[in-house]
Amino acid sequence: MNAELAIVARGLTKRYGDVLALDALDLAVPTGSVFGFLGPNGAGKTTTLRLLTGLGRPTAGTAVVAGVEVGGRGTDLARRIGYLDQDPRFYGWMTGRELLTFVGRAYGLGGAALRSRVDEVLETVGLSDAARRRVGGYSGGMRQRLGVGQAMLPRPAVLLLDEPVSALDPEGRRDTLELIGRLRGASTVLMSTHILTDVERICDRVAILDHGRLVTEAPMGELLGRHARPILELDPEPGQDAAVAMLVAALRAAAWTREVREDHGVLRVIVTDAEQAAAEALPLVVATGVRLARFERVRPTLEDVFLQLVGADGTGEPGPVEPGRVEQVP
Amino acid sequence: MTGLGLLLRKEIREQARTMRLVAVVAVFALLGLLSPVFARYVREIVEAVGGGQFEGMIPEPVVGDAVVQFTKNMGQFGVLIAILVAMGSVATETERGTAAFLLTKPITRGAFVAAKVIAIGALLAIALTVAGVLCWIYTTILFEPLPVAGFAGGVALVWLSLVAFAAVTFLASVVTRSGLAAGGLGFGAFVATGILSALPAIGPYMPTSLWGAADALALGTVPDPLAGPVLANVILVLAALGLAGWSFRRQEL
Repeated sequence: MNAELAIVARGLTKRYGDVLALDALDLAVPTGSVFGFLGPNGAGKTTTLRLLTGLGRPTAGTAVVAGVEVGGRGTDLARRIGYLDQDPRFYGWMTGRELLTFVGRAYGLGGAALRSRVDEVLETVGLSDAARRRVGGYSGGMRQRLGVGQAMLPRPAVLLLDEPVSALDPEGRRDTLELIGRLRGASTVLMSTHILTDVERICDRVAILDHGRLVTEAPMGELLGRHARPILELDPEPGQDAAVAMLVAALRAAAWTREVREDHGVLRVIVTDAEQAAAEALPLVVATGVRLARFERVRPTLEDVFLQLVGADGTGEPGPVEPGRVEQVP
Repeated sequence: MTGLGLLLRKEIREQARTMRLVAVVAVFALLGLLSPVFARYVREIVEAVGGGQFEGMIPEPVVGDAVVQFTKNMGQFGVLIAILVAMGSVATETERGTAAFLLTKPITRGAFVAAKVIAIGALLAIALTVAGVLCWIYTTILFEPLPVAGFAGGVALVWLSLVAFAAVTFLASVVTRSGLAAGGLGFGAFVATGILSALPAIGPYMPTSLWGAADALALGTVPDPLAGPVLANVILVLAALGLAGWSFRRQEL
């Protein structure tokens, strides 16, 4: 076991009958990093996390988490990890404080140290006011915050978080992401999600999974540099549908265009040759008579990389390559 | 068995908070209380309802009727409650996802199963003790005092029979991972033992055979056979629970 790696998976495979949920996954998560685990629904993210917690058993392959081989008996692995399920379920008859106290006791905490830690976690996840309420009456967002709290309470070496912010409102999401980001260095966080902006906001490294296979894995900057194509963003002023349609057609026909997406009225043109595109795009705008509010060469986002590698519709089909195709991005 | 004490405390608090403890004890208490009352007044009730046509047909009730009524009630309603208590114990936690929450903590699967089993056994023991005490008091008031040690031994045999049905249902709850299926299998086992108890070779070893032995003990006589049926049922309980633990350790959650 390399001390610099908190999680190592080698050929991790999971098959449910005829369905291959995870196909020989090799993964190395550096200690202290916040690692984003991306993929469309059904890609195998949850399966991977459940295998890493020991809740599931791999069909083949091995994994070591925080220095403990997964699949062994005893509680060595559990003592080193904190886990949040994608749909966290707790005992509805317990109050929030009781649940955290129960978790703390399971990790051997007690007395004043436990009370103080429970107070601290309740404050951190914003549940101090609801601490005496029964968990059965919590909203989905509150349950998810409680889930993050119970996972981090024992200060585990590795935190495995399955969609940790999916049920939260924007404010809760921001706060929770900041909280996860602050764990960098103290814990290793492996966080699965399909919300790309969240990953972009806090993750150091990213792995993209599709149909149970690892598509790519790299530091965020390197991934963007390696896969992202240059993008021009054109924001036409409203009320010129016919002219914009002509412009889209002209852009589509250009040799340097890889793909044109329309995103809420904004045209995102993914190009193969940034210099040529920059020189020739504006004359096309002028020729079609489109008035632009904005014309910009933008930094490619993780979403662009994701859609290119996994497919625009999340089905796992490769991203479109034929020039001129227009995608409606939700 | 890491976490057994913690889980046991949780099970007890859960039974109290969800009112399961109160509900089960209340039903058993009612059964214990009503058994001697029903035995004592059944003749009057039937004669009053029948308008005199049954007069003299039902013999004068004796203390043995109260005991038989008690074991009969426990052998019907008690068994059904034992099945209800055991059917969802593991399946519900597996279905709801709380088992996955627990077992990613430093808690072994053996402790998880053991805590459930002990809690079910304790719940039935508490409920039967309350029922037994009430039955004994009312039997003393309405008939005559029963030998305390013998009656306690009889209640213990009834407890063993209920635990046997609960253990089989518990095994089904672990294996099928469905409370409904476990309940069905537990009830099926109840019906099957009723049929099998008619077979001379194995009938005396069925959980249902313990009720006759319980009647005899409660009335101050030593049933024959006693050791064989008790041992057979203890083995049945241990085998069912051992299988449940073995199966649960191999399951994915």
